[in-house]
Amino acid sequence: MNLCGMSAHALRDGIAARRFSAEDVVRAFLDRIAAHDGRVHAFLEVHDTEAIAEARRLDEEIARGSEPGPLAGIPIAVKDNICVRGRGTSCASRILSGYAPPYDATVIEKLRAAGAVVLGKTNMDEFAMGSSTENSGFGATRNPWSLEHVPGGSSGGSAAAVALGLAPVALGSDTGGSVRQPGAFCGVAAMKPTYGTVSRRGLIAFASSLDQIGPLGRDVQDCLNLYNVLCGPDPRDATSAPGGHEVPEGALLQGVRGLRVGVPWDWLGEGLHADVEAALGRSVEALRQAGALVGEVSLLDPSYAIAAYYIIATAEASANLARYDGVRYGASARGAEDPAGLYTGTRSEGFGAEVRRRIVLGTYVLSAGYYDAYYLRAQKARRLIRDDFERAFAMADVLLLPTAPTPAFRIGEKTGDPLAMYLSDIFTVPLNLYAGCGINVPAGLSADELPIGMQLLAPRFGEAALFRAAQCLESRLGTLGLAPEPAET
Amino acid sequence: MGAPHESAARGYEPVIGLEVHCQLLTRSKIFCSCSTAFGAPPNSQVCPVCLGHPGVLPVLNRRAVELAVVLGLALGSKIREVSVFARKNYFYPDLPKGYQISQYDLPLCDGGSLQIGTGDARRTIGITRLHLEEDAGKMKHAEDGSGRSLVDLNRCGVPLIEIVTEPDLRTPEEAHDFLERLKQLVQYIGVCDGNMEGGSLRCDANVSVRPRGSEALGTKTEIKNLNSFRNVQRALEHEIRRQIAVLESAGRVEGATLLWDATRDRLQVMRTKEEAHDYRYFPEPDLLPLVLAEEWIAAIRGMVPELPEARRARFVREYALPEYDAGVLTATRELAGFYEAAARRSGDAKLASNWVMTELLGAVKGDTERLRNLPLTPERLGDLLALITSGAISGKIAKAVFEEMAVSGGEPGAIIEACGLSQIVDPDAIRALIAEVLAANAPQVVDYLAGHERVLPHFIGQVMKASRGRANPELTNRLLREALEARRE
Repeated sequence: MNLCGMSAHALRDGIAARRFSAEDVVRAFLDRIAAHDGRVHAFLEVHDTEAIAEARRLDEEIARGSEPGPLAGIPIAVKDNICVRGRGTSCASRILSGYAPPYDATVIEKLRAAGAVVLGKTNMDEFAMGSSTENSGFGATRNPWSLEHVPGGSSGGSAAAVALGLAPVALGSDTGGSVRQPGAFCGVAAMKPTYGTVSRRGLIAFASSLDQIGPLGRDVQDCLNLYNVLCGPDPRDATSAPGGHEVPEGALLQGVRGLRVGVPWDWLGEGLHADVEAALGRSVEALRQAGALVGEVSLLDPSYAIAAYYIIATAEASANLARYDGVRYGASARGAEDPAGLYTGTRSEGFGAEVRRRIVLGTYVLSAGYYDAYYLRAQKARRLIRDDFERAFAMADVLLLPTAPTPAFRIGEKTGDPLAMYLSDIFTVPLNLYAGCGINVPAGLSADELPIGMQLLAPRFGEAALFRAAQCLESRLGTLGLAPEPAET
Repeated sequence: MGAPHESAARGYEPVIGLEVHCQLLTRSKIFCSCSTAFGAPPNSQVCPVCLGHPGVLPVLNRRAVELAVVLGLALGSKIREVSVFARKNYFYPDLPKGYQISQYDLPLCDGGSLQIGTGDARRTIGITRLHLEEDAGKMKHAEDGSGRSLVDLNRCGVPLIEIVTEPDLRTPEEAHDFLERLKQLVQYIGVCDGNMEGGSLRCDANVSVRPRGSEALGTKTEIKNLNSFRNVQRALEHEIRRQIAVLESAGRVEGATLLWDATRDRLQVMRTKEEAHDYRYFPEPDLLPLVLAEEWIAAIRGMVPELPEARRARFVREYALPEYDAGVLTATRELAGFYEAAARRSGDAKLASNWVMTELLGAVKGDTERLRNLPLTPERLGDLLALITSGAISGKIAKAVFEEMAVSGGEPGAIIEACGLSQIVDPDAIRALIAEVLAANAPQVVDYLAGHERVLPHFIGQVMKASRGRANPELTNRLLREALEARRE
């Protein structure tokens, strides 16, 4: 039985029916990581000892007849910007190498309570700043479908791990598309919940008003199950929303008859890859055949969102990353004469080029004399973008568009051109500014055998409609299955 | 003495504004549940939140908001229904996050005022704003000669309210008076312990000078590190003298931040205007805007006790006390409360005032804080005073009973009984004492019978002495006259 090829819900059913044990499952994934991760580098750290011990404990509980949690025995890969108590949590940054948080993130507490087993920490763009996982301080992750291509980012390690069967499900974080875009590039289901539904406590902040933890899985149902475990109010996160936003599994069976699907055709002109355009056509057709009412919606030009995003996100990041000063934890420069020397040394050595660039940008847009022209204006633009989405969602229940304009690009293709890299997020960033929810659903392969992803977007707390539409798309387009086992390059 | 009179003579007028930080009397910190107790071992009252660990989030302490609103209401400020927290960005080893959570353009309270001076010299000093913020830690230079600096983060996250005055103060004495009044107020309403040495009340001063009669403001300097009211006054005197000297020599005052060196009695430049920080304030994305419902403000209004000014006026009106008495009695909330309870019980407000001002304040050596630990309750003091008014004991006996009550807290009747201090009202007993006294003072009896009535008090004194103060004075007086007149026959 190929356990690593199964979805998490199939594994859960198998463990509950005692067809195999939680330990069997965890060992299968650990073996597969040992065999294959060297080539894709999805993991920064694998927690084998703890994972096996936890699986055994769960098996004993199940043997004693106690009710297994909704994720009992399900291994999960966790992006390295989510705190796991006592284990390395570095955000793939040298400045946090060796740092082990003294607490579990709220989502980790919830996963443990549900019986999930943390397999290890996955690679990412340093502090989630990037769209290709090339900005990791510990080496890039490769796309399991083609080792010369990027897996997307910043949750590239999590997406690659799920695509290659190194973990059935994973956690990522989405600030401007960092869950959905690698989901598209690696061919897995990947969801960004409504801002506030999942606690950010223990998610190491990049841009606080945009960050949201989201699930990645091999199918929509796994994303839904994980979402239901993760969501809910957290009194320790002041931005967390009141509860009641779980989506019953039955929603997946409701179909899309009468659901209004809007496609923002204005966005989809130049620069759209022909294979992506064809996949969009197939998706529209699939939804239509299932009874959805597909029409056009107009939305503000997404280049405004990109501009506003790179001001707001960098401004917040410039403050969020100020704490890495070498005084209390993490890397610390040696031989500094005074505090200023300690800061400059620690931060110049510890942060990579993209992180430094964004800190400088964020510092600049908040500076006296520039604040009004940049930060304040970007906040006004954000309000307009929010209103624009509200208006669009008055006419459509969900929006449909490609997750990225192209399939995965080549490693090194965009590293010399930050602007081109930023524009690879053009279809995902607007949703974060609006704070709604979205999901990537695999939509076949390109002529070059690279996954293509379609994105569904829904209003704030519109997860039920989102999952319904996603399930419909998935059942009509089919999942991609595991990426072919990578050959040596 | 110093500057103000000289400046007046030279035709210059100082303009002073203060920024006062008050530590709010909460049990836990403003954004986490760590204790705020003063004097704990360094770095023993810290957690991941106040240490600025990666991934932590602030959660606002509701009690801190309540206390701040109580102060705002007491100062007659307008309480904002929506106020916003902001990040104030700067690097310093005592600031773990690299930013301080404060309030900027939308503070908790706007406007308000505080009265200074007395009688005709009474003046109203405007308050610009009040805002909530978190304290930073404390740096200490190691005393082991290593040249190392140590940081204690216990104070990080302790809730502060910053009070900014209008530039309404005109002399260093007024600044001193303002601080005294503010201290009295914050202690009175229980929002701050007012302990300047412990750091729970801190002050920065802004000062400029201008030709008398001029409307335009001169260039101001800011003075920091003022750790006592006296230092505030001293530093202002120095700086006013210096600014006038600069202007007199046709120079220009340069904007700067100065540090007061109390041990050397002098000011030194900390930074010039060119070196001023750009704090890059922006709204704190981890906290939602603080919305105070009208009902909540109304509930807090109910928590504001009667303020010293109002209480003083009421004491004059209600108890017919002299202004002086009312002023002394309302100096602290403890004293005013004690007085009022004792006065009501005794039924003689003026008598109670005399006793509280002399005996009671004497017993606590003028420190009304000690009233809390005094065994004597105001009700028992009232009972004692009632015994005087009813003639049951003399004032002199009452003082002896009071001394015993101050130590044991006992009930006055029982003490009088136990110590045999009750008044002698038995005419026969007093007649016996009188007989003894007259027998022992034969020459004075002759004088009296010869018409020299002025010796009468001498006899009364002797009787009192013989009775150890217990003889009823009126009865003694009457019986003594009777006894003497009887000898005439």
